[in-house]
Amino acid sequence: MSITHPSCRIVLSAISRSARSPSSSSRVSLSQLRHIHTRSSNWYPNRASSINSQRWKSWRALQIYEHAQKLPSATFAAFARSRRRFSSTPISRHGHLTPPKPGEELSVTFVDKEGQSHSFQVADGDNLLDIAQAYDLEMEGACGGSCACSTCHVIVTSDHYDLMPEPDDDENDMLDLAFGLTETSRLGCQVKMAKELDGLVVKLPSMTRNLQASDFESK
Amino acid sequence: MQLFRRTPYVCPGCSRKLVSSLRRRNLSKVTFNDFRNTPRSFSHARTKRPFRLAIIGSGPAGFYTAYRVMQKVQDAVVDMYEHLPVPYGLVRFGVAPDHPEVKNCQEKFEEVASSPRFKFIGNVDVGHDIPLPSLKPHYDAILFAYGASKDKKLKIPGEDLEGVYSARAFVGWYNGLPEYANLDPLLGAGEEVVVIGQGNVALDVARILLTGVDALRKTDITERALETLARSKVKSVKVVGRRGPMQAAFTIKEARELMNLPSVSFEATDSSLFPADITKLPRVQKRLTQVLTKGSAASASTASKSWDLSFLLSPKSFNDSPSNLGSLSSIEFEKTEFTPDSDPFDRNAKVTSTGRTTTFPASLAFRSVGYKSSSIPGLAELDVPFDERMGIIPNDPYGRVMNPQSGPGALTAGPVPGMYCAGWVKRGPTGVIASTMDDAFASADAIARDWKQQVPFLNSDNSGSTGMGWDGVKEEAKKRGLRPVSWEDWKMIDKAEKERGNAVGKEREKFTNVSEMLKVLDS
Ligand SMILES: Cc1cc2nc3c(=O)[nH]c(=O)nc-3n(C[C@H](O)[C@H](O)[C@H](O)COP(=O)(O)OP(=O)(O)OC[C@H]3O[C@@H](n4cnc5c(N)ncnc54)[C@H](O)[C@@H]3O)c2cc1C
Ligand SMILES: NC(=O)c1ccc[n+]([C@@H]2O[C@H](COP(=O)([O-])OP(=O)(O)OC[C@H]3O[C@@H](n4cnc5c(N)ncnc54)[C@H](OP(=O)(O)O)[C@@H]3O)[C@@H](O)[C@H]2O)c1
Ligand code: FES
Repeated sequence: MSITHPSCRIVLSAISRSARSPSSSSRVSLSQLRHIHTRSSNWYPNRASSINSQRWKSWRALQIYEHAQKLPSATFAAFARSRRRFSSTPISRHGHLTPPKPGEELSVTFVDKEGQSHSFQVADGDNLLDIAQAYDLEMEGACGGSCACSTCHVIVTSDHYDLMPEPDDDENDMLDLAFGLTETSRLGCQVKMAKELDGLVVKLPSMTRNLQASDFESK
Repeated sequence: MQLFRRTPYVCPGCSRKLVSSLRRRNLSKVTFNDFRNTPRSFSHARTKRPFRLAIIGSGPAGFYTAYRVMQKVQDAVVDMYEHLPVPYGLVRFGVAPDHPEVKNCQEKFEEVASSPRFKFIGNVDVGHDIPLPSLKPHYDAILFAYGASKDKKLKIPGEDLEGVYSARAFVGWYNGLPEYANLDPLLGAGEEVVVIGQGNVALDVARILLTGVDALRKTDITERALETLARSKVKSVKVVGRRGPMQAAFTIKEARELMNLPSVSFEATDSSLFPADITKLPRVQKRLTQVLTKGSAASASTASKSWDLSFLLSPKSFNDSPSNLGSLSSIEFEKTEFTPDSDPFDRNAKVTSTGRTTTFPASLAFRSVGYKSSSIPGLAELDVPFDERMGIIPNDPYGRVMNPQSGPGALTAGPVPGMYCAGWVKRGPTGVIASTMDDAFASADAIARDWKQQVPFLNSDNSGSTGMGWDGVKEEAKKRGLRPVSWEDWKMIDKAEKERGNAVGKEREKFTNVSEMLKVLDS
């Protein structure tokens, strides 16, 4: 088994250890595990502030465990395999971020729609959608980062907008559909972190499209 | 003793690997107990049992609401009813086959469906196969997310002539919707086609008609559609709107796609319809104008097919010819002009008739003036109104169903307890998946908030819901001889479709009728 996250590796090895001897499982308390998990995540950038609501990804991790118990093992394995199988085109999104090399961490801050800031140290080349999703920020990425949905709309609020490579026609075309478009709007899935963008701050627009008058406009 | 044990965060990728590794070592049954006891926020004070939600419709509105409700109400249990044996609504039967990236949202829907708190009940048409009121005793809330299963008519003479199709039927046909499996449009009838309406559906229709059939072979378009398209004689497609280019409903990406089709030229639009100085236009209109005035990549002299956008024409009648009675040969339009108080370059500009007409020859016409939701039997018994004119279930903008009689006073509207809606049946048949998602999230937030605040839900006025959900309904389904399709069943259909696709070198070959789908399961 190749578990790529060092932090996950620790949690998971504890799980499988206890799996081997169920009687010993009570000795590995989960709070301890969590402790190990956070402490050991030295490559995993620290969050400047925590998001307390249990969001989708951790929920999903839990579901995997629930499945493990409830389903006959064949279904279980099928479930494990099925997650990516469904996409009709290759998805640029991936489960992991590249760990930044020591000394090469780039800082990026997301301001969520409640106005709370979340800062992370990330690697060159990571795109904003992957980063937001890895940290369970509220960014949907409905088309899986294929520049076809505009649900990853972000607004650049630091001075970095002009330092980014210009959006191409495809990105601009999707931005035209984004709700609350501004002069410094970008699609998160198309913006890759780079040295010049160290310190980037982006705002996640609040999702209020459905309440806009334009939707009820009578022609 | 541990009181609060949180699930440690394990990223999805690692979880998958762990799961398969444990399985290899036959250890999957042990130890996971430890991870189940996450604190259950939001457990409802009134009852010890979970919150039970029935969702009618499995399109993006149904799935995104399920996702958000299950995220916000941690013990919510969702049953999703779908009238077809296969899920995803217009993502499967609307989104064009050459836009596979749009369908990536299915990945999220599949994650939702993989939760043990979610149940898919396909092949059950609520209101027809099973009475809607029979759901009520067993749920705390019902969400209507059944989309728009009809389309608007023009109500002009000749609409039923041979050769006049609704875009919904054509789109359904090439996407394998059982309702239109046998449409087989007469694409060999002639070279000239008119599409009425200028939304994105109209451009989808034009693009499928003009795209070389080889470019579609690897998509999930049906084999039957490929065969018919391969024999098509269509050479020119006119996309006709009743207002001007600044009011057209299509979006830039779709227009650009048509401009870039190989060997398809675009006939330039009358430049007087655009402002003299386009730099003054707002961003969206400016960029669209640039695309429209630049025109196609292919030139008229080398292209084998062409298309154009005709503006300020309102359809008056579809006509046949004496030599071919009953079949379309031309379409008459009334010329329109902007009303004196309208700015022609404003998005909301209005038009009025000039009294003059023009006629285009056409052997095929597609009516693409919008989809339409309809009422389902049993709504009235549940006090759920339906606005026939707007084609929506009346709601506050958050998706709570509103009934004019439910308010506190004689003349005030109020919410109907436990009834919610989302998607096209909530706000009308417009909006892309992103807007349907936002809208579904708003409905889900309202449901979660209402549940937390203990406002009245279904059956609050009597002893409360049985909380049985589908278990309470399935006897009724059995009595009626229904064959419900579970998520596992759908996965078998899905697998069979992919295998059929593989055999002919494409992503998937859809089954186009319900009995074929069920045969996969019951043979
Ligand atoms: C032709 C076409 C192409 C489109 N292409 C795009 C695109 O490329 N990109 C994009 O972003 N958006 C696109 N859209 C828009 C997008 O499809 C919609 O925004 C979205 O699907 C609306 O979701 P919904 O869940 O409200 O309805 P639907 O997707 O229609 O889902 C409704 C579901 O309810 C089911 N149902 C109906 N009645 C009952 C009943 N009585 N009992 C049980 N189930 C029932 C239906 O079978 C269906 O599965 C397109 C729309 C169309 C029409
Ligand atoms: N690729 C995509 O993203 C994609 C693809 C397909 C669909 N969709 C979305 O799905 C939704 C539905 O699309 P749609 O094309 O069905 O609807 P739409 O966008 O509402 O367009 C309907 C068109 O029909 C015209 N029309 C309506 N009544 C008419 C009449 N009586 N006579 C003449 N013309 C009439 C409208 O003109 P007026 O403006 O003058 O009323 C408009 O041009 C849209 O939001 C669309 O964006 C998206
Ligand atoms: S994720 Fe769809 S456009 Fe970025």
